[in-house]
Amino acid sequence: MTSDAMSESPPGPRPDPAKAPDEAGWTAAVRNRVEQTLPLTELLPTKQPAYIGSWVYSFGVICIAALVWVVVSGVVLAFFGSAWWHISAVGHFFNSVHFWSVQMFFIFLVLHLWGQYWGAGWRDGRATTWMVGVVIFLVSVVTAFTGYLIQQNFDSQWIAINAKDGINSTGLGGLFNVLNFGQQYGLHVMLFPIAVTLLVVLHIIQVRSRGVVRPIDDPMPASDSAGALR
Amino acid sequence: MKRGHVDKEAYYKGVRMIPYDLLKELAIATIGILVVVLVLAVALSSPDVPSVTIQSWAKADPVDFVTTAQAELAGTSDVADYGPPYNNGTGSVQTWGFLNPQTWGGVHVPTNAANDFVLQPLTQAAPGDSDLTAALQTFNTASTDQQTAWLTKYGDAVANATVGSDGSVDVASGDYGPVPVLMDRMLTLARSGALDALLLTSDHFYQTDFSRALLFLDDGGYIGNLAQDQSLTGSQWGMMNETGRYPGQAWLWLYTMWYQIPPFTSDSGFLGISGANADLAVVGVMLVLSLLLVFVPVIPVLRDIPRWIPIHRLIWRRHYAEIRKHPRPAAPS
Repeated sequence: MTSDAMSESPPGPRPDPAKAPDEAGWTAAVRNRVEQTLPLTELLPTKQPAYIGSWVYSFGVICIAALVWVVVSGVVLAFFGSAWWHISAVGHFFNSVHFWSVQMFFIFLVLHLWGQYWGAGWRDGRATTWMVGVVIFLVSVVTAFTGYLIQQNFDSQWIAINAKDGINSTGLGGLFNVLNFGQQYGLHVMLFPIAVTLLVVLHIIQVRSRGVVRPIDDPMPASDSAGALR
Repeated sequence: MKRGHVDKEAYYKGVRMIPYDLLKELAIATIGILVVVLVLAVALSSPDVPSVTIQSWAKADPVDFVTTAQAELAGTSDVADYGPPYNNGTGSVQTWGFLNPQTWGGVHVPTNAANDFVLQPLTQAAPGDSDLTAALQTFNTASTDQQTAWLTKYGDAVANATVGSDGSVDVASGDYGPVPVLMDRMLTLARSGALDALLLTSDHFYQTDFSRALLFLDDGGYIGNLAQDQSLTGSQWGMMNETGRYPGQAWLWLYTMWYQIPPFTSDSGFLGISGANADLAVVGVMLVLSLLLVFVPVIPVLRDIPRWIPIHRLIWRRHYAEIRKHPRPAAPS
């Protein structure tokens, strides 16, 4: 192929500049969609409305901070095996870090949830953001429950033999056997943490792409925030 | 406005914007939480009450152990007649009206109490023990009526059993057939720790399923008494408690609350809900409440409560004060 051949336009209709050949395809479509939905300036903003100057707005980020330490301590515990923390002082310390990180996570998750409820954070097109947030709470409850089941101590024994009746009554006891340590271990260290993390990432994208909702009854143009809380 | 992109410039029109450092806030929160967690971990540690073993049970309460083993062999224990997912019994099947999901779920963790908890472990331990081999032979070849007669009499006798100085369970003399030998060997196996392993026996080398051992423990009264001492039973809000003075799954407070109040605690029931199907009913109630919480944004009344109870006036009190001080023109409708 000569340089002349490369510089000449092919016969036929001229290509649409908006759809240049190197901008076509799935990859370009996804990239364009991401750039439109959540540009970096929105993902990592440097300005926010002045009304976020309330403690309520810190609960969400503290949840994420606690989740970081839940995952870090959980990774350490998983690396050394399920029995390690019973026979090692270091292991017991990491279990304590995991335990209190989980407690912190739930305290601030509930505070965040209540804060968003009383601020009606689902307004102005943010309903799915609220819904994903509640789903994160529910999945986190199940995740923590599986954690209690795999402690390999008296608590896990007692929780398992009591919880079985509730699960069995739903017909799911064969599918989700709380007496089966191996199944619960896999769910707790792998599947549920991945689910929680992905949901949290989705939730953050939702929050950042739409921005924080305006205060209730805030006079604002072109919005229905003065009407019903939807 | 492009599809998928929110026009924040329009949305925040008229709103005072301030500098904001998201990553700095996240970093401070992460370090702050780490400090709090480390302090709590060092100062308060975390609970770890050792697990109960079949061995510790048999040593601490041999009469309860033998009573349970007799019930498993007789088929009168809770698990023996539990129902799905363990067997086709009906003793623990919970229904509400025509809803019978437990039965619909089917048997997926097949459990034969007499065989899995007693006869199979004893059979595995029988080689070299002629008395046990003979007792198993006698029991297995006897008619069902004869087995029931032996076990019923033994069950009555063990209610008044005494514990010998060697830890054995002694019952009054009677016609119990081979049952005393079977129960004596069960107790011996349990006290030695061998039964813990025998209950985990499977057809492969690795084992992580403790279903049989936990179901057997659950049929006894020993572990329940220990839980009672730790305030862990259902009537003690045990679902959200933890051993010792540690916070447990406090987020389950609503779930466990239902177990403390009628109709979930009543014998007579209300609308078909009673203590007999409390587990199914509580799951149902929590499922409905969870769905309501998920769909709050589209449910009238629930979504309007934040306006009626103006806690938002506290959340955004500085913002509202600023508006009062510097009123903005209302938007055209």
